[in-house]
Formats: sequence, C-alpha cells, structure tokens
Amino acid sequence: MTTHAAPSRMLLLPALAFFGLFALAPMLIVVALSFFSWDGLAAPQWAGLANWSRFVHDSVTHQAIWLSVKVMLLSWLLQTPTSLLLGVFLAGRQRYRAVLGAVYILPLLLSAAAIAITWKYLLDPNFGLLNAVAGLPGLSVLHQNWLGDGNLALYVVIFVIGWQFIPFHTLLYQAAARQVPQSLYEAAAIDGAGRWRQLVSITLPQLRYTTVTSSTLVLVGSLTYFDLVFVMTNGGPGNETRILPLDMYVNGFASYQMGYASAIAVVLVLFGVSLSLLLVKLSGFTKMQSQMEGV
Amino acid sequence: MVRPMTRRSFIAGAASAAALAATACGTSGPSRPGASGGPLIWAVQGGASSIYQDSVQRFNQSHPGQSLEVQLFQNDPYKQKLRLAMGAGTPPDVFYGWGGGVLNSYITSGNVRDLSQDLRSDPALATKFFPNVMQSVTFDGKTYGVPIRGVQPVVLFYNKELFEQHGVQPPKTWQDLLAAVGTFKSAGLTPIALGGASRWTYLMWEEYLVDRVGGPEAFRDVLARKSGAWSHPAIIQANTMIQQLVDGGAFGDGFSSVNYDTGQQTALLYTGKAPMELMGSWDFSSIVKANPSFIKSGKLGWTTFPAVPGGAGDPNDVVGNSSNFFSVAQKSRHQDVAVDYLKHTVMDDAYINGLIKVGDVPPVQGIEQKLARADNANYLQFIYTLTQTAPNFQLSWDQALPPEQAEAVLTNLEQLFLKKITPEQFSTAMNGTLR
Repeated sequence: MTTHAAPSRMLLLPALAFFGLFALAPMLIVVALSFFSWDGLAAPQWAGLANWSRFVHDSVTHQAIWLSVKVMLLSWLLQTPTSLLLGVFLAGRQRYRAVLGAVYILPLLLSAAAIAITWKYLLDPNFGLLNAVAGLPGLSVLHQNWLGDGNLALYVVIFVIGWQFIPFHTLLYQAAARQVPQSLYEAAAIDGAGRWRQLVSITLPQLRYTTVTSSTLVLVGSLTYFDLVFVMTNGGPGNETRILPLDMYVNGFASYQMGYASAIAVVLVLFGVSLSLLLVKLSGFTKMQSQMEGV
Repeated sequence: MVRPMTRRSFIAGAASAAALAATACGTSGPSRPGASGGPLIWAVQGGASSIYQDSVQRFNQSHPGQSLEVQLFQNDPYKQKLRLAMGAGTPPDVFYGWGGGVLNSYITSGNVRDLSQDLRSDPALATKFFPNVMQSVTFDGKTYGVPIRGVQPVVLFYNKELFEQHGVQPPKTWQDLLAAVGTFKSAGLTPIALGGASRWTYLMWEEYLVDRVGGPEAFRDVLARKSGAWSHPAIIQANTMIQQLVDGGAFGDGFSSVNYDTGQQTALLYTGKAPMELMGSWDFSSIVKANPSFIKSGKLGWTTFPAVPGGAGDPNDVVGNSSNFFSVAQKSRHQDVAVDYLKHTVMDDAYINGLIKVGDVPPVQGIEQKLARADNANYLQFIYTLTQTAPNFQLSWDQALPPEQAEAVLTNLEQLFLKKITPEQFSTAMNGTLR
C-alpha cells in the first residue's frame, strides 16, 4: 500500500487569510478597544480599566447577562424536546408525515426580520389577530399585552425564537433518526419491546450525538442571538428583553460608546467559546464513533 | 423624534462586533468626491427627495461647469453612515442633519464649516429664517446649517366627531385634559393614543410638560451639563404629572407595545379607538395617506398643547423637530460651491413652492400668501403661525442631547411611563449621565 503525500499546506492559506482578516483581527482590535474610550469620531482615548470597571458595576448589563442566560436555558428546554419528538415523528415514512413535515419546516424559509414583524402584528394589542380571537367566548385569556407586559415579553420572545429554529433542529433529528438501523427495532420487537420502550432504549441513545450537536447550536446560538429581538421588541418594554448582544449594540451604535460595547463584545466571545468548548468536552465529542449496530 | 417613514430601524446593524472593529481602521483624507468629481451632497430620502434633486439640477444649469450631485439614503442607516464617514475623515461636501447634539459632536471634532459669515454678509439671508428654528444649528453664537425642510412642531391631534359625541371641548389647560381623559375613559375609549414601543413618543409629553411647568431654563441647565440639572423641580413635577396620566388610564393598558413607526398609534386616532394623540406635525400627511376621508370629512382636529396654570413656561412655546439642515464639511474642497448652493438655491422661490406642495411649512419669513393658496391651507397656516410666534422652540431632546444621554433619557423615560421608577429615581439616574 502506498501512502499519498499530504496536500501542500499552502492550500490552507486562503482560508487562513480570510479567517485572520475577518475573524481574528477584528476580535483582537475589539479586545484593544475595550481599554479605550471612543465615540467613533475623535481619536480613541486610553481609558485603562474604566470600561471594565463599568462592566462590573452596570446593573443594566448585569440584567442583560441574566436575560441572556435565561433565553439560552429556556430556549434549550423548549427547542430540544420539541424538535427531538418532531424529528422522530417525521422520520417515519408515511405520506401524511411527509406532508406535515413540509408544513413544519416552513418557518425555516423566512428571515428573522420578517418573522419578527409578522409576530409583532399578530400580537398587537389593538389591531392584532390574537386580540381579535380573544373576543370569542372562552378565549379571553389570549387578551394580553404580549410584547408590552414586562412579565410576558421575554417568554413570548423565547417562544418566537423557538418557532423559528425548531424546524432546523427537527431536520437534524429526522435525518439522524432515519439512520438508526431497522434491524435494531426488529430485534427489539421480537424481544417484546413496545413503541415506548423502543423510543427510550433505542432511538434516544442512538440520537445521543445529534442531541449534543443540536444542543450546542441552540445554546451558543441563543447566547449571541440579536436580529429577531432587535426588530420585535428592541429590548423593551423597559429593559425586559434587553439581552446581552442587544445591550452591546445599544451601547455601541446608539450611545456611541464603542469602548464599553467592545468590553461587552469580549465577554460575549469568551462566554460563547468557553461554552462550546465545555459542551464538546462534557459530551465526549472527541471520543465519538459510529455506534450503528447497538452498543 | 424623526419623521415616521424614515424611523424604521429594521436590520440596522446585526454585524456588531465585526463592525465595531472595522470602523476603527479609518484613514484620513479629503472629502469624497461625487461620481463626476464635483461636490457631493448626502441627504435622507423622503417626501422632499425630488426637491433636493430639482434644486441641484437648477444649480448646475445656472452654473455652467459645476456638477453638484445628491445621493439619497434611508434614515437610520444614514445616521451611522455619516458618522463612520466623519470618523474616517471622508465626509461628503454637504451633509443632511437634524441640528442639536449630533451636529455639535461633529462641530467639536472640527468637521463642520462655520456658516455665520456667509449668512450674515447677505442681508436677505440674515433674517430669512425663523430665529427659533436656527437655534438648532447655532452653537456659541455661530451658525452651522441652513434649513432645507418644513418645521415639525408637536401638536395635539383630536377626533372632532368623538369630542362632539361626548360633549368635550379641545383641552386648553391641564385640568381640561384630565377631565377629557376621565370622560373618554368612562366611555370605554383609550383617551390618548401613545406608541410607547417607539420610545421617542414618550419624549413629547416630557418635553412639553417640562417647558410648561418650568420654562426653557430647566432643560437649558441639562444641556449645559450643570450638576444635578435633572433634579430641577419642573422636571420632577412634569414626571409626576406623567405618572398621574398613566394612573388615570390616559394611554390605555397596551401602550407599551403600540408602535408609532408601523402606524398603530396614528391608526388608533383615525379608526376612532382613541380621541387624542400628541404627535409631530408630519402626522397630518401620514393620515392623508392612510385614511384621507378622515380629513376630508373634517373629523381631524388640531390644537396646541394645553397650558399648565401656574407654570413658568409660556403656553405658546412649542417642542418638536425644528427642521432638517444642510451643513458643509470642513474637509470639503468645494466649500465655495457648496456655500453658493446653500445661499442661493436652497429655499429659493421654486424650492419653497415645492416644499409647500408636499405639505411642508418652510421656516421662512413672509410666505403667508403662498401658504394661503395651498391645499389644506388651514392646517399649514396653523403650523406656520404656531412656530413663527413661539417664544421658544425646544428641539426634541433626543436630537438636542449628545447621543449617550439621548439614549439614557429614552430608556429612563420608558421606565417612568411603565412606573418601574419614580420621578425622583428618574432624576437620580439621569444626573448620573451628566458627569
């Protein structure tokens, strides 16, 4: 057997240059900027640790961190079980499931801005559809100020984020569930396992790695999520949905405090990177191997 | 407070972190040229787009060899684009603006040409514009801009039909307003339409009440960054009155998620769900577009903001957007051409006629005759006189303040309307931004 020479390392160059120029370099500049005070007009002024000490004391930012963590965890709790069950359901090859699948996956085709504007209209307290439906008997519970009530708005936002992303994760689970060998189910059936038993003992363990991948995407994705919240509530009412990326945007591009916004950006990057590293480590991603024929 | 169509802020800037960094690498050089190498004008598109373009064409025709060029942008992206261009040292020769704090930040960073001499040297120009409007572009006695659009004072719009039905007169005083709110509320209406989700809509109430209660001085102290200026008794009283309105159900329950930018606040007025709204004069043209029959049938009424008895402010004072302005970049290599255009072509007769035709009321002295001949003359004359005779025209605070404080006042005012903070807490929080 002959071994082939590895491809020239020069082939890495374009990708590396691109990554360096558009990912690494801006990140390094942002780290540097977090030690300056800069309004985008005059030359940046050295500020020492001022931005960082503000970060430690700024209650709005602290609330933003807490909200981001909440969005992250609740999104995971909402999206993972829902898309897992939908995915397994759609993995079946019956025709009606294919039809339903096409319907479920529709939100994937829409842009975040379009979704946000549509939901904003649906939930409008005076002219919205939900408000009209709430006039019917027995549905008065729907008469809420969905996006204007500080106790509700965050959960509505998490729901809409879920509505947008569940289709994507459903697709992941569907593909994975279809890869589970039929023979496992046949063997289980012979052993007298019912549907529930098959789901718990075969499907779920076989989907383990898909669950890890999908969960990482949900957690890191919702940590840095911005556009839908920006368009739908812009952080309101008050600061009730001002998640960390939005807090960074407002400080940077509404207040023009680029230094402080950079400090928040650094925290976001560190948080995101360590989160995904941690998930990879905990889930044994490096030890992953095919477990097709049962393990 | 900026004009409605242009206020939409859809996907203004998702690429935050990368953009933060990218803007840091600006280079300095001369201003950027137009496509033909001639002077370049940046403006925000809207109802007056064609007027800018016509004026540039007329200028180029009467000045052979000159090739002024105008480029139009959407409102919110424009603000950031201009700021980046200024920061990077490549501004256009002439730029569009709102006056106030943002313009001042460009002036203090040495980016704007002082137009005082250019305007003063020409007797026809020295007294042409309303002085209270020119306040917005005057800093330390120097003038940095020329008005290019109509005035946009905030007025109280109301539904005449609903007022008649419930036997209510347009409120002249604060007590009248409270009484009207009570009457309409018990009739099951939302007394006042308020698009709280847009946030700057809150500011109109604050600005008027502070001026009526304490006169212009209270806010002037804030602008001068006097320590503790936000604790002025007038500001505390105005905020107490605001919470009084909220408690009285004046804005209904859902105001925090009603949006002005997507038309819901105005819709509440013309669909008869709310008999009153406080809004900039531009809302008249929004209603003309959305529901012309509401105006044709004479249902739309308008009046000045009620007086506050015992208050120090003059009841003829107005607040709002004074106008939009063109300014000349200090870096421009075509300053003479640009100044010539601003002095002689902007706000010439043809320009003024064009503005009046699209429903604008130019802040120019002696155009009563022109306005009397226009469509909806009643309304235009009301706005003209209101502005011309106002002892003080307070520029919207979010324009007057530096960006950092403007953002803080919007956030804290929202908390105040939602009753998350007291008037005293509002003052304490805002005093923190003065340091």
